[in-house]
Amino acid sequence: MALATNSTRILVVGNGMVGHHFVDQLVQQSNEQFGNQAFQVTVLSAEPRLAYDRVHLSEYFSGKTAEELSLTTPEYYEELGVAFKTNARVTQIDKQAKIVTIESDEQFGYDKLVMATGSYPFVPPIPGNEQPHCLVYRTIEDLEAISASASESKVGVVVGGGLLGLEAANALKQAGLQTHVVEFAPQLMAVQVDSGGGQLLKNKIQELGVTVHTQKATQRIEKGSSCRYKMCFADGEELETDMILFSAGIRPQDSLARQFDLAIGERGGIVINDQCQTNDADIYAIGECALWNNFIFGLVAPGYAMARAAASHICGGELLFQGADMSTKLKLMGVEVGSIGDAHAKTQGALSFTYEDQVSGVYKKIVVSPEQNKLVGAVLVGDTSDYDTLLQYALNGIDLPEYPESLILPSTGDSKPALGADALPDAATICSCHNVTKADIVAGFDSGACSISDIKSCTKASTGCGGCAALLKSVCDSELEKRGVEVKKDICEHFAYSRQELFHVIKVEKIKTFEALVEKHGQGLGCEICKPAVGSILASVWNDFVLQPDHVSLQDTNDTYLANMQKNGTYSIVPRIAGGEITPDKLIVLGQVAKQYNLYTKITGGQRIDLFGARVDQLPAIWEVLIEAGFETGHAYAKSLRTVKSCVGSTWCRYGVQDSVGQAIDLENRYKGLRSPHKLKFAVSGCTRECAEAQSKDIGVIATENGWNLYVCGNGGMKPRHADLFATDLDTPTLIKYIDRILMFYVRTADRLQRTSVWMENLEGGLAYLQEVVINDSLDLGQELEAQMQHVVDSYQCEWKTAITDQQSKKRFRQFVNSDKTDENIVFVEERQQIRPATETEMQQFQQQQSDKKDKYADSPILVKAV
Amino acid sequence: MNATNWVTICQHEDLVDNSGVCALIEGKQVALFKIRSANDEKVYALSNWDPLGKANVLYRGLVGSMQSTPIVVSPLHKQRYCMLTGQCIDNDEIKLDVYPVRVKDQCVQLGL
Repeated sequence: MALATNSTRILVVGNGMVGHHFVDQLVQQSNEQFGNQAFQVTVLSAEPRLAYDRVHLSEYFSGKTAEELSLTTPEYYEELGVAFKTNARVTQIDKQAKIVTIESDEQFGYDKLVMATGSYPFVPPIPGNEQPHCLVYRTIEDLEAISASASESKVGVVVGGGLLGLEAANALKQAGLQTHVVEFAPQLMAVQVDSGGGQLLKNKIQELGVTVHTQKATQRIEKGSSCRYKMCFADGEELETDMILFSAGIRPQDSLARQFDLAIGERGGIVINDQCQTNDADIYAIGECALWNNFIFGLVAPGYAMARAAASHICGGELLFQGADMSTKLKLMGVEVGSIGDAHAKTQGALSFTYEDQVSGVYKKIVVSPEQNKLVGAVLVGDTSDYDTLLQYALNGIDLPEYPESLILPSTGDSKPALGADALPDAATICSCHNVTKADIVAGFDSGACSISDIKSCTKASTGCGGCAALLKSVCDSELEKRGVEVKKDICEHFAYSRQELFHVIKVEKIKTFEALVEKHGQGLGCEICKPAVGSILASVWNDFVLQPDHVSLQDTNDTYLANMQKNGTYSIVPRIAGGEITPDKLIVLGQVAKQYNLYTKITGGQRIDLFGARVDQLPAIWEVLIEAGFETGHAYAKSLRTVKSCVGSTWCRYGVQDSVGQAIDLENRYKGLRSPHKLKFAVSGCTRECAEAQSKDIGVIATENGWNLYVCGNGGMKPRHADLFATDLDTPTLIKYIDRILMFYVRTADRLQRTSVWMENLEGGLAYLQEVVINDSLDLGQELEAQMQHVVDSYQCEWKTAITDQQSKKRFRQFVNSDKTDENIVFVEERQQIRPATETEMQQFQQQQSDKKDKYADSPILVKAV
Repeated sequence: MNATNWVTICQHEDLVDNSGVCALIEGKQVALFKIRSANDEKVYALSNWDPLGKANVLYRGLVGSMQSTPIVVSPLHKQRYCMLTGQCIDNDEIKLDVYPVRVKDQCVQLGL
């Protein structure tokens, strides 16, 4: 039994997904067990960066950055008190002295050593495999090399048709290469899928434009004639290619263990016991470098389970690693594939049921026990909707229904024998990434959780790969229902209504102020949740001036001061530049204003210009100049229409088919000022090349030869969503009609701060339902929605214009009610010929300088040199 | 105990219903809030310095209530502060200075 003292030194070699999970688990278990951080943890990573998400590595090619893939940050480790070193490849382990040496000769002592060195890609020993443009697929650096190579290549080959190989092929395909997959075995994904499923998978992948060559053994890589290389196969055939990606399986990274005498399996892997200890009791191995029961687990969930077991053992706990389920569900190039348990029916006496639909490309097989009462395995290709149910049958040994085949046959009217959440035993694993069982979820509700998000935060369920989201929801819903909980949608403690209900109340009862609403239907003074929401609804319905006395207290600070507050309390100013079109004269005015007030200027992503660093008391004077020059507010501070981005369109562009700039300006002018549950972004592209990126916007319009295609509910930002094609070849009046209806329907029915993308994802019936409502007017609401939008359009006012002409509003922009001085804490430093807020250190230095001077309050902005 | 020294800092009409303004007193920035409901009105005075956001901005925060406690929400990072005690509701270790304040003959006075 390992006893922990706060001087116990834990050294973790490797910071992949599993190594990182171990650190997280150790810190968490230590806190639970000892109430504090009982260990000195040090992490050594051979890679130049800390842990990142290798499971979603291919998303690097669809635009995810290394930062977005990262699983941790230096700050997070610092917060946990975990020391770490990157670029720190270990060269030596002294087991007697318990000292590890890294490349730079730096040494680290340990009490417990955890090897989480992962695996490396296996490159078959083919002559010629060491040349440039022959690459592997495992790290971000590999991906950078692949990207670089792809940009100089036209044809690419992936050697290996397993799970990773197909992902790599997808990456090459996305990079625009003519892509081939070369597999030694007679079928794709031979580990997870049987031959029937493999055949269908091959067909589907070929349909997507990737050529698949099975049963091909590469013998040589030679110089090519039409391409850079030529691959020569054992059967005499040849294939020309510019680059080759090897993805022929993984090998445990066990070289250190070999070198320093830890027990190694016959075919590699560091041998571990159920506690994840190697044959040296103070050295653990976890993840893909570890060999348990003569088996290497090449998936993340078993690695996480090992991390938990090792952390538990170090903390004196009793959690063991006893193997793991290797079932998996994924989407490869849009093709759904699922594999459960004994997919190849190797169990003695096992029987199979197979269903194949060649028309729609679906293959399903279940493998059942000889007694035909338990499910032992399954293969799903083309449709994995049955996966969750089948997995629960297999994992929990639930008795099969009388006719097991009904589980995979398409339902004909009668619904399938559904396996409801209630049928699951308490021990059923719901989330395998974080090992959360149904019992854990029930316990979560017992100790006060009231919603799925509570359960997610207390159990971490569904926060790993997310594959169990649907199952988690059904378990939570059933549990809540059982407890007689009516799922509460109250917006906050002040109103027992959802946003949608408040909208209805305000409209029907013609309520025009927050005060009236709270008196009739709420209590208290309101809060940061309900006040802005009600402010937004009042504006959507009545569209009064947002700064009139009744409304001013409802707004978040940005709405109150009609500008965007920055970190030091100053504001940024964004005038509207509709469609991104601006005259030279107006550009000059922006330059002059920025110069006069010494503002930092930056071009925004929405084709406008942002002016930073204005003090609150300067805002009215700045806007007087801007309005004089013909500018109006850009609503960058509000939950409302921000910009309509456009490409230059048919007026100038050789390819354009419609006037996208004109359309963008008209749309921006129509919808500007509309208050909505969250911000709205539009774009208009003049042709199918889509230079305005309209498919990442809430409303996207793309010109066609015959009119306009309308896309809805896209999003960039934190959670990108590709917009849905809503209607095609519309004329402008129809386009406007549809957008009016869609936006007003969104304003009415969305939750507060719910972007259109999330709204759509949660809308029952989804896109088809929205099309019914908008195009076919199935709710008989069309006229009303349009009239409401027309009211907003007709009552538009530039808030800044109203603000500077109204003395009462203007008074709000003083820093002090009793002095004309300005805030001494606003200090700027010059950088790249512009201002920026001073850092804390610079502030301290500045205050030191000022402490002698008598009058600290200057009238002009304070500028100090950078330290 | 010394009698409180009441100093007039501004007029009652300078305050804004259910919102804040800021006053400068002996180099110190003080946020003043007027909380008005149907039959009641109260004024609170707190330090204007947001110790977490590190800027003089609290008077620009949104005003509301939690149960029956009046609160102001930092405009920078949305931490909530109790107006009665200055206690930060989202961080036990943070507490703002609060000042005695009264309205007399339309003058807003701070007890120093």
